[in-house]
Amino acid sequence: MNNDANTYKVLLVDDEEELVSTLVERLGYRNFAAEYALNATTALDMLRKTAYDVVVVDLKLPGISGNELVQIIRKAYPNIPVILMTGHGNDKFHDSAAPEDVSSLIQKPFDVSQLVTMMKKAIAEHEH
Amino acid sequence: MSTQPPDDYQLPQAVRERIPRYRRVLLNLVIVPFLAAIIPLLILAVVNYQQDSDSYLSENRYELTRLLSSTKRSLQFAIEERRALLSLIARTKSHVELGDESHLKATLRDLRETFGDFVDLGLVTSSGRQSCYVGPYKLQGTNYAQEDWFQEVSLRGVYVSDVFLGHRKFPHFVIAVTRELEDGDFYVLRATIDTELLDRQFFSLDLAENIDAFVVNQQGILQTRSAFYGDVLSNSGLTIPPNLREQEIIRELGQQKNRLLTVGFSYVEGTPFVLVTAMNSLPPFQHWLQKRYDVFFFLIVSVIGILIVVYWRSKRIVTRLREADTERARAYHHIEYTNKMATLGRLAAGVAHEINNPLAIINEKAGLLKDITGSIPDFPKKDKFIGIADSICTSVERCSRVTHRLLGFGRRMDLSKEQIDLESLMNDVLEFQRTEAAHRDITVNLDVAEDVPVIESDRGQLQQVFLNLINNASSAVQDGGRIDIVIRHPNPNEVSIAIKDNGSGIPPEDLAHIFEPFYSTKGEAGTGLGLSITREIVEKLGGIIEVESEVGKGSRFTVNLPIEKVQ
Repeated sequence: MNNDANTYKVLLVDDEEELVSTLVERLGYRNFAAEYALNATTALDMLRKTAYDVVVVDLKLPGISGNELVQIIRKAYPNIPVILMTGHGNDKFHDSAAPEDVSSLIQKPFDVSQLVTMMKKAIAEHEH
Repeated sequence: MSTQPPDDYQLPQAVRERIPRYRRVLLNLVIVPFLAAIIPLLILAVVNYQQDSDSYLSENRYELTRLLSSTKRSLQFAIEERRALLSLIARTKSHVELGDESHLKATLRDLRETFGDFVDLGLVTSSGRQSCYVGPYKLQGTNYAQEDWFQEVSLRGVYVSDVFLGHRKFPHFVIAVTRELEDGDFYVLRATIDTELLDRQFFSLDLAENIDAFVVNQQGILQTRSAFYGDVLSNSGLTIPPNLREQEIIRELGQQKNRLLTVGFSYVEGTPFVLVTAMNSLPPFQHWLQKRYDVFFFLIVSVIGILIVVYWRSKRIVTRLREADTERARAYHHIEYTNKMATLGRLAAGVAHEINNPLAIINEKAGLLKDITGSIPDFPKKDKFIGIADSICTSVERCSRVTHRLLGFGRRMDLSKEQIDLESLMNDVLEFQRTEAAHRDITVNLDVAEDVPVIESDRGQLQQVFLNLINNASSAVQDGGRIDIVIRHPNPNEVSIAIKDNGSGIPPEDLAHIFEPFYSTKGEAGTGLGLSITREIVEKLGGIIEVESEVGKGSRFTVNLPIEKVQ
């Protein structure tokens, strides 16, 4: 795991570039080295090159869906916690996916402080 | 969103529309068995009446015939006796003796002593002149040469006259006989007889009140008094049948004042008299009612009883039919209502979802503004900037509360898992279509392969899917069209349900869009959401839906569903 002081490496996956780019910038203010990918394929490429402390995935992605991406990450990188973002309410079918496969689920729109708290918690739980 | 329709809705429209139909069904259910039950009874009653009526009429006839023959015998005998006595006097006494008034007087006295009804006696010569007469009238010397009776007695040797009123206004009739002399000449012995002789024949009969017996001449003029027709010499009004050598002629003269009049006629030979007997009796129907009151009573009670039982049973059947229809219409209404609510919910959820993404961007952009201004210590008007950004974030939060409520509205259509037998589910759905299909003469054929397993899925949602597809198929076909539903088990993990119609088909340019929301080919009639929702449900249930169509030949929608619902 990357433990460069208190800086965590974060990967954001969402096809809304305006959203993720802003989030990256905001997380920068909060000691997170964040990067983003606009689709699952790019995200997987980046995961291969860089070791991230946490991955945040939007459920709705073009091509490989958020859900599928989560499954892949679970298998390939079992040590990286995953947080799901959704524009939906917490549908039953998302609920059932959440407890095992992802550390948490966060509903859009959210405040960046919520995300920070959630990521810290997820990283802490994974390190134990 | 509630999945239950409101409780206070009225009887479903479909059922209310059918109320006149239920009345027709009830009428048919009552009339047919009612007629089937009472017609044999009526036939029996009519046969019974006919038999009773026949025997009753023949009893009447027999009674009159018996009376006629016995009365005629005594009447004929009484007249014959007097004729014979006159003949005897004519033969045994000489012309000279009879021409002598004192001798003739003595003879009349003798006759009266034998038969009290001789009124007078006269001798008429062959020239027609009454040469000698004894009796209460002054008839001595009267010439009868031109009279019919004289002509007749000269020809036949014997004559009996009609009854007529004499000078003293009492009725009598004449018996005349001839005596041939050896020189070829003849004379006539003529006697007048009181009609009391005729009346006497009836006194002894002791007739019942409804029976009358009397004598008329051939013109129908009463020769004796009649209880029914009036006094002697009045016209009875009866038409006397011609003498057809029958002994007796019996006629039913029809009904008057609820009485049947039966009359019998018999000619008294050797006289102008016709003996008449008449009977005034109950008409056959009244007689039957009176005598076979039990049959009539049984008939009426049976008819009423049958009517009550048939009506009661039919009413129950119709009530059940109506209850079943009501139940079905309610269930259909429920599904439609759920469908509508689901449509609305999904629409709301779709809108909310689409809004949440831009909201998130606004939120993060405003947050970034705060981050940037916050990180620069001497940022001009820092507080004002942060205030503006906070106000944006607060507004976003307000929007977000709205969108989450909308999402919550759409979300309550939770999926449930049940064991589902597709054939029975499809039959349930087809029940809703049955009336319309029958009305439009649409043939709906359901073909389920034997190896189709029970699947695990959501019953209500599947009903919506198939109802939508079958509704579409049924609006696509013409009256008299055909819808085929084929359920197969193509591979171990799936079942496939194909709904095929022979309707108008979908043009290729529409085919690519039919699953998109708000794309409708029904114009005003459709919301354009049916198929998009159908696809959404199918996909939510882990299945896929496909369509093939050819314009003019029809369309086939195929739904493949997993045997177990996937997450």
